[in-house]
Amino acid sequence: MDVLLLSRIQFAFTVAFHYLYPPLSIGLGVCLVIMEGLWLKTGNPLYHQMARFWTKVFALTFAIGVATGIVMEFEFGTNWATYSRYVGDVFGSALAAEGIFAFFLESGFLAVLLFGWDKVSRKVHYFATWMVCLGAHFSAVWIVVANSWQQTPAGFRIEETPFGPRAVITDFWAMVFNPSSVDRLSHTLMGCWQAGAFLVISVSAFYLLRRRHEAFAKASMKVGLAVAVVASLMQLVTGHSNALGVIKNQPAKMAAFEGHYETGELPIYLFGWVDEKNERVRGVALPLPLSRLMLGGMTPVKGLREFPPEDRPRVNTNFQLYHLMVGIGFGLIALSLAAAFLCWRGRLFNQRWLLWVLVFSVLGPQIANQAGWFAAEMGRQPWIVYGLLRTSEGLSAVVKAEAVLTSLILFALIYVLLFAVFVYLLNDKIKHGPDDADLVPTGKLALPSRPKPDAAPPAQPV
Amino acid sequence: MSYPDWLDLNATWFVLVGVLFTGYALLDGFDLGVGALHLFTKKDEHRRIMLNAIGPVWDGNEVWLVTGGGALFAAFPVVYATVFSGFYLAFMLLLVALIFRAVAIEFRSKQPMRWWRQMWDVGFAGGSLLSSFLIGVAMGNIAWGVPIDERGDFAGTFVGLLHPYALLLGVTTVALFMMHGAIYVVMKTEGELHDMVRGWINHTIIFFIICYATTTMATLIYVPHMAEAVRNTPWLFAVAVANMLAIANIPREIHHGRDFRAFLSSCAAMVALMTLFGLEMFPNLVLSNPNPAHSLTIYNAASSPKTLSIMLTIALIGVPVVLAYTVSIYWIFRGKVKLDRMSY
Repeated sequence: MDVLLLSRIQFAFTVAFHYLYPPLSIGLGVCLVIMEGLWLKTGNPLYHQMARFWTKVFALTFAIGVATGIVMEFEFGTNWATYSRYVGDVFGSALAAEGIFAFFLESGFLAVLLFGWDKVSRKVHYFATWMVCLGAHFSAVWIVVANSWQQTPAGFRIEETPFGPRAVITDFWAMVFNPSSVDRLSHTLMGCWQAGAFLVISVSAFYLLRRRHEAFAKASMKVGLAVAVVASLMQLVTGHSNALGVIKNQPAKMAAFEGHYETGELPIYLFGWVDEKNERVRGVALPLPLSRLMLGGMTPVKGLREFPPEDRPRVNTNFQLYHLMVGIGFGLIALSLAAAFLCWRGRLFNQRWLLWVLVFSVLGPQIANQAGWFAAEMGRQPWIVYGLLRTSEGLSAVVKAEAVLTSLILFALIYVLLFAVFVYLLNDKIKHGPDDADLVPTGKLALPSRPKPDAAPPAQPV
Repeated sequence: MSYPDWLDLNATWFVLVGVLFTGYALLDGFDLGVGALHLFTKKDEHRRIMLNAIGPVWDGNEVWLVTGGGALFAAFPVVYATVFSGFYLAFMLLLVALIFRAVAIEFRSKQPMRWWRQMWDVGFAGGSLLSSFLIGVAMGNIAWGVPIDERGDFAGTFVGLLHPYALLLGVTTVALFMMHGAIYVVMKTEGELHDMVRGWINHTIIFFIICYATTTMATLIYVPHMAEAVRNTPWLFAVAVANMLAIANIPREIHHGRDFRAFLSSCAAMVALMTLFGLEMFPNLVLSNPNPAHSLTIYNAASSPKTLSIMLTIALIGVPVVLAYTVSIYWIFRGKVKLDRMSY
């Protein structure tokens, strides 16, 4: 195998594995802020128990996210040295900003979130929970900005150096708010919220089916559903806006997503199969007027034939990944709305078939997130920086295929082990369930957050 | 924001990257040192106390490495690309070691089985030892110089990186972190474990001083360019003296039971060491050996002045905030470690 393919497999594998965890941390972070906020507001100890239990789950996902996240930062330099020299001026700044503004915040306050329960007051602890959640969101901001710059470069110029050409920032804010940043960031974050929310929903549904921890499960389910409904509906907006952005900025990518060869009106397929040899799609598409309406008059859309074969991404693979993501996205909207409606009518908790669907719903956002990112990255090919630098030109000149194969095998072994341990420990936590001891706050948390209304008024000096 | 002309942005970033890596050494240095000492304690309770001594902070400490790497990428992308691709296998091993260290801390106490705990104990200790060693080996190669071609690419081999001087620096780094970690444990514990680790401190200091003396001699004989700055500007010798005084002060403070001051002494010694390293390297970032003309310096390997100044603004906003809450978090978790039900 050649070093290009191996390096691409290694990066895809390590980043895909990593990306199982940060969405959970970001989504669970939002749920934790809500749960702890409800506890502070209502004083109901059930919410305290929820915050404690889900914090433990959060800690587990966070630890693996951190451990596997540093790998990508190294890989830019180890496997993609030419790329790193080319983009360092731009991409490096976003990465450094991520460290300064996001990782320190997240990891610092994580200590208080996990270990500070008895050491600080309620308000300080809640502040720490907010900061961890914000830090997780900030890290998504900077890394998605950096990635979006690779998709739609802006705010830079190319200059020659003794070590080859490189991109140099000319306008920092144009770089940060490049044409795809906001769309892709909002779409990514909502995907993360869905991942966290559906984990909460899934575990709660499992408890309800087993008739264990029912009060806890019902309350958790409501928080999970609230986040899931908001995030899933937002995906309609962000997904739509993203698709229009891709048509405008990366036409070859959208053409691959829909198997669109001939420039003209873009049919929107529900599902299908691209016959790449004969350049046609077999499948079911929306009626053209409807597609036209959805695209808001963005016609004609460039077809793949406008691009020389060496500038085209893979077509059928991207088509399938994209439609998988969209399909699951609509499924999650329907599911979260149906479950929320039944919950509101008070009928959700005895619909056993629906609870079973909800138990497995946790896989939905994970698969959609992975498929979406694979489509985003494979749809950008053959470019590593769209239109500027080819992936094949971004490799490290000095790294041999044997070295990459060695590290790839090493990562494969370790990640299989990590995944097994993660599933084992998560399963163990779920089986163990929330601690009844957590119904009673301890340490400084046991102090009331504000004086009781029936407490005697302070004595007035006479 | 624009900065005055007299400010050398490249030199400023040399210092800032140095500060980030020094911060990493001071903070994660004791985490790695605690890991290296982990298997020397036998009781499960002692091991848990040691883990929990670094429990709330190790993760934030590792961020100094992540941010240092990010800053190197942004400020000196050529160095980042050359070193990371050139040291490919060594850095992959470092990643593996850091992964094991991280997950072992999180996983170890989640199950009571003996085999489970032993497995993660080995992961924690092995990961910490290997990380410290590889960081030292990388420093050793940077000091010794590595073959670089005219395109700025590494022209050596993996085995070529494992020469005696680099290995010596690897061992010295392990010794330094062990000393630093032992002092940290003494500071954070009480009772039986405290007294036991207190007894180890002198051994770790002796181990470090032997390594350090050997490294100094080897540097003077084989790596004379790493002593040039001090030779040319004799008053810089004061930094080396400050380093020795700081190390000599550690046993004295420990003897008087002033654990925190011993820890500060150890930090001061590390700052002095990193300062010496920086002074001797300046303005080079990676020395090309045998062809010095191909060396990567803070000028030929840097990002554009505009990026350096944007990044400086980011650092000026971000670093004070980071320092403020880092200090508050250490303050919240001050005092001796006590195991409770949130503990690892």
